Amino acid sequence: MSTVTCKNLYKTFGEGELAVHALSDINLDIQAGAFLCLSGPSGSGKTTLLNMIGGLDTPSRGEITVADRRVDQMNKAQLADMRLHHIGFVFQAYNLIPVLTAQENVEFVMQLQGMPRQTRAEKSSAILNEVGLSGLESRRPAELSGGQQQRVAVARALVSEPDLVLADEPTANLDSHSAENLMQLLENLNQRHGTTFIISTHDKLVMSHAKRLIKLRDGKIEEDVTQ
Amino acid sequence: MSASHAEENRSLGTVTAMLTIIAWRNIWRNHRRTLIMLGAIAVGVWAMIWLTAVMRGMVDQMIVDSIKNLIGHVQIHAPAYRDDPSIVNSMPAPTSALTEALQDPAITTWTTRVRVPAVISSERESMGVTLVGISPEREQGLLFLPETISLGRYLESAQDDGVIIGAKLAERLEIQLGWRIVLMSQDPENEIVDRGFRVVGIFDTEMEAIETGYVFTGLETAQRLLNMQTQVSELALITQDYRHLQAIVDRLRTAAPGLEVLPWQELDKYLGTMLAVMDGFVLIWYLVVFIAMSFGLVNTLLMAVFERTREIGLIQALGMKPSLILLQVLIESFFLLILGLVLGNLLSWLSIIPIQDGWDISALGVEGLEYAGMSAILYPVVLANDVILSNVVVIVLGLIASLYPAWRAARHVPVEAITRI
Repeated sequence: MSTVTCKNLYKTFGEGELAVHALSDINLDIQAGAFLCLSGPSGSGKTTLLNMIGGLDTPSRGEITVADRRVDQMNKAQLADMRLHHIGFVFQAYNLIPVLTAQENVEFVMQLQGMPRQTRAEKSSAILNEVGLSGLESRRPAELSGGQQQRVAVARALVSEPDLVLADEPTANLDSHSAENLMQLLENLNQRHGTTFIISTHDKLVMSHAKRLIKLRDGKIEEDVTQ
Repeated sequence: MSASHAEENRSLGTVTAMLTIIAWRNIWRNHRRTLIMLGAIAVGVWAMIWLTAVMRGMVDQMIVDSIKNLIGHVQIHAPAYRDDPSIVNSMPAPTSALTEALQDPAITTWTTRVRVPAVISSERESMGVTLVGISPEREQGLLFLPETISLGRYLESAQDDGVIIGAKLAERLEIQLGWRIVLMSQDPENEIVDRGFRVVGIFDTEMEAIETGYVFTGLETAQRLLNMQTQVSELALITQDYRHLQAIVDRLRTAAPGLEVLPWQELDKYLGTMLAVMDGFVLIWYLVVFIAMSFGLVNTLLMAVFERTREIGLIQALGMKPSLILLQVLIESFFLLILGLVLGNLLSWLSIIPIQDGWDISALGVEGLEYAGMSAILYPVVLANDVILSNVVVIVLGLIASLYPAWRAARHVPVEAITRI
């Protein structure tokens, strides 16, 4: 079963002679449970494609379906609702809300979903334990290392059991040891929970963990390899 | 309530609780900026409440002093008396219906007077004055006497046949306490009547027009002089609250058909206008202070929103709807406003307490207040309405002003906000 499909997807920034074609004719079918990397040089369209799939940006043309819902036809509120209930995000930096503790950051999405306090507390404790942050629940982001912050972000992305997790350069600000630990964590979670992961990266270490690798160049799919 | 409604309410409660926690912590992310903003709101609120209390105190004092200058809160006359305050426009003593209406618990005291034009003559000078016949025991609170008597004594009864005159009048007539004068006026038949009186008291009000304009004697003495029998020129009364008189005036009009019943605002248009202007001034003053304050508030919130652009993009990416982002900024604004109001009200209270028993503004070098009908001792007047209005203005208009930064925050496009450096 497909979690994400893109049909004839285009994204153009600017108009006329200044137009930049960030994505051109992208056709993609991503199965549920996939562990997929989008790679390519800077400006190849990785982040743009990730943003389109996550409903953070709208395509100029084409169709995007996530969990059987047409993302390209949704309004702002519907997009927010879809992100809330079906997609988890891990960004490169500024991932966490600075005024909330690690546990509160993890519970943030569940609170938006209106989940009862008891359930939230149980789930957040379990996931923080799973990502190896047990005992650090009450620390604020400024009191955590970069790797720990990314783990909190991963915990937050997974805790509400979304259909899809989108990670944009999740290891960019981490040393190689922390990056390897994070990727092992994501891989384990993918295997254990069956959650679909789409990760954009430059990092060869990240690519080595991918089951499927899509290389983009100048907004087009250059290579689509299943490893 | 259906299960889905209960579920929705619970969700809304959970989300609002979360937004409240984030908003509270957000306002303390920049302590210095928050404290400056709270200081600005507190000073603004203090300026609203304290200055209004002082201004109201001034106006109140002027009104109370003026009311004691023979006006009272309400007067009853024959219809033509105010156009021609002569003896021919006098009225009968109060009827039983009117006397009954005057027993209203809201009416503190009332009295009848004779008040006619007359000429006072000494051996050296003659001057036009108003002869006022009073019942001294009934004038408590209605008249500036006996507090202002500087020489001699106050009238003892309505039958007292001495006269009390102002110090300036005594000076112009070149007479002293105990000397005799002659008062001359007209009776109802337009015949000249006159009589010699002894000056038993001299009053000093510091207001020349009062001191040279009025001569007081006993009510019955004046009635005998003017051949009026029990007729009087006016009935004056004071109530417990000079601001709310309409109900009393209506009842008295019913009880005294054919007579003119007027509140002090109509008897002294200047004073009435002053009170109305004061009410308008308070509102304008509040708006001016608020507008100055709102620039700071909007700027603070805009700065806070601008600094958190990426964070706002993040929470949008996580699924927070624009309406909730708007709500979060409004909650932050609400916290700032409430804290500022608490401080402002506290500051106002602390600055009013030391002067509540009177503030001698002559110590500030203010002189000549008596010519404006004002006392040098100022008693601040804090009206609950003024305090409520200032708080409501700050909260309601503050939240309205905060809509702009809140709207700016809510309209961020997530991807632009996240990628902004």
